Amino acid sequence: MNAPDTSLAGASTASYDRAADGYNFAYLDEQTKRMLRRALLKAVAVPGYQVPFASREMPLPFGWGTGGIQVTAAIIGRKDTLKVIDQGSDETTNAVNIRRFFARTTGVATTRRTVDATIIQTRHRIPEAPLSERQILVYQVPMPEPLFRLEPRVAECRKLHALADYGLISVKLYEDIVHHGSIATTYDYPVIVNHRYLASPSPIPKFDNPKMHMNPALQLFGAGRERRIHAIPPYTPVRSLDFDDHPFEVQKWQHACALCGSTESFLDEMIVDDAGKRMFVCSDSDYCHERRGDADFDLPLREAGKGEPA
Amino acid sequence: MYVAVKGGERAIEASWRLLDQARRGDMRLAELSVAQIREQLRLAVARVMTEGSVYDEELAALAIKQAAGDLVEAIFLLRAYRTTLPRFGYTRAIDTEAMQVERRISATFKDVPGGQLLGATYDYTQRLLDFALLAEGHVDRDAAASAAAASSSIQTAASKAEADSEAMPRVVSLLDKEGLIEQERPTPNAPEPGDLSREPLAFPASRATRLQNLARGDEGFLLAMGYATQRGYAHSHPFAGEIRFGTIAVEMELDELGETVEIGDIDVTECQMINQFAGSGDVPPTFTQGYGLAFGHSERKAMAMALVDRALRAEELGETLASPTQDIEFMLSHSDNVEASGFVQHLKLPHYVDFQSELELVRRLRAQHAAHSEDQGTNQRLDQTNGQQEQAA
Repeated sequence: MNAPDTSLAGASTASYDRAADGYNFAYLDEQTKRMLRRALLKAVAVPGYQVPFASREMPLPFGWGTGGIQVTAAIIGRKDTLKVIDQGSDETTNAVNIRRFFARTTGVATTRRTVDATIIQTRHRIPEAPLSERQILVYQVPMPEPLFRLEPRVAECRKLHALADYGLISVKLYEDIVHHGSIATTYDYPVIVNHRYLASPSPIPKFDNPKMHMNPALQLFGAGRERRIHAIPPYTPVRSLDFDDHPFEVQKWQHACALCGSTESFLDEMIVDDAGKRMFVCSDSDYCHERRGDADFDLPLREAGKGEPA
Repeated sequence: MYVAVKGGERAIEASWRLLDQARRGDMRLAELSVAQIREQLRLAVARVMTEGSVYDEELAALAIKQAAGDLVEAIFLLRAYRTTLPRFGYTRAIDTEAMQVERRISATFKDVPGGQLLGATYDYTQRLLDFALLAEGHVDRDAAASAAAASSSIQTAASKAEADSEAMPRVVSLLDKEGLIEQERPTPNAPEPGDLSREPLAFPASRATRLQNLARGDEGFLLAMGYATQRGYAHSHPFAGEIRFGTIAVEMELDELGETVEIGDIDVTECQMINQFAGSGDVPPTFTQGYGLAFGHSERKAMAMALVDRALRAEELGETLASPTQDIEFMLSHSDNVEASGFVQHLKLPHYVDFQSELELVRRLRAQHAAHSEDQGTNQRLDQTNGQQEQAA
């Protein structure tokens, strides 16, 4: 059985990276993975539709990527190469933690290079480098329901989706324009997937929204706490909501990345001294390193195997 | 300067080491054993088992030790372990009337068949800090002796109760003959109840699903919401019909053997709350029930659960929905402390990208705002100048 032998528990707490003996491949038992795969298949078949699934308690807290982790656990195979980013960076603590979790429970190769990865689990960003057909992008989603600020009741939202009654959200965007002169939504910007379902892209900046449109990679969205999965299959049209006289537009910076000089990437702002002096650098750490030709970048991790999609 | 977001890997390792040290505390003091926690912090163990949804005192005690006494963290640890356990099947429904009772009280009748049994309770202690407990390792002989006497008398009472188990009917069933109180009876041809740990919570939620959710729900949340129903946020008028705590056998049908086998004993606390019901067009005024059940000795939890359960029955009883405590979706969506704790604390994760997007927007809006008020200022000055010119002319 896949339950750990409790008599072994506590034998060693120091070696945090030892393989998680006694647990199934990718932690979840096979029945749970099958349940997840069924939900994923349905989600891919109905792009943008939120499929309820029996989300499990994971060893990481709800709200910290359990949806993405469950999706990744359901699709990962031994030949996969996994990349995990948080806010575009492989180095942020939660990304490190999730990457370790899969390294321990699957033993698959991990990488920081976007091009080498077959599965990329992400929180709040889409990598700058274009994705390919052999890649799957797994999003961690805190709140899959794009209407929740307008209608908190899940039962009511399901009706609105069934009827494709999306007047509420258009009114919200219109009110933004009346109040502020432009649409004041900068991240988690709502999209219509495949001309039918209103969906949340998870809190990615709207800068990344155009990358979702007709992307060759499969995009899977897992919301663990809210128990919903939705998907954007490869080459699916994704339209960010807008009006004819207020077309959708993305953020622009008047700066270039201070490290690689890119003027096309999403930039993070850093305050570098007490006087509030600011500098801007790429949020996508791999993109920035690649542009600088940083050969040592991938050294601390195991060499990525030439993986294939699961 | 790029260091702030780098080095996460080493920082995490260092944090783990610090956590181990912090949990262990002063090395000169003896380490707390799991067995000690299990025996001496039994109420904490009961809460962790109930909300962790696993009846295993040893693992609950281990979780409490590992979580350094943070019960919500301990509940999370136990739940995460529970996920990995295979499901062998379902036991038969327990019959709490057959409970070997250690404590049983009713607030609705002075005396009831089977008697009132006080058992071990903090209810009638005077809440004075007992400084004798500060003197570690010192066992007061008198206290030990009287404790032994008390426990033996409990045992006598318990064994008496066991002997009289037929004379230990539920208090709420006493009013059945008059039809004064609705009785909990199995619905004929009822569908198999769902399993919340295997299916996503969906709305509208049946009572079986609601009770599963509340049983796993956070004690603090249920306590506050139950309290709110008493203070007017739902129309409830509760009476503690019966609270019982004791041991009960768990039975399972084994297909291989073709018979039912006892697989162990568990301690549970059960509460049946009696609530007034004003009646409706079809139903005369009567008493209704709210139900609470928890692992181990968890009276506060069981009572709060019963209050909330009753409030959530408003819709099926045709009462006016006037308060969030009667809103099934609101209550069930926010009762789970593993979910709530995770999501509240996820705010500690970096949000650079979202915040950067908002920064950019707010700067732009402020620039527009400034430009706008400057325009207005210029217009005003122009008006003034025009006025002066008119006066001059």
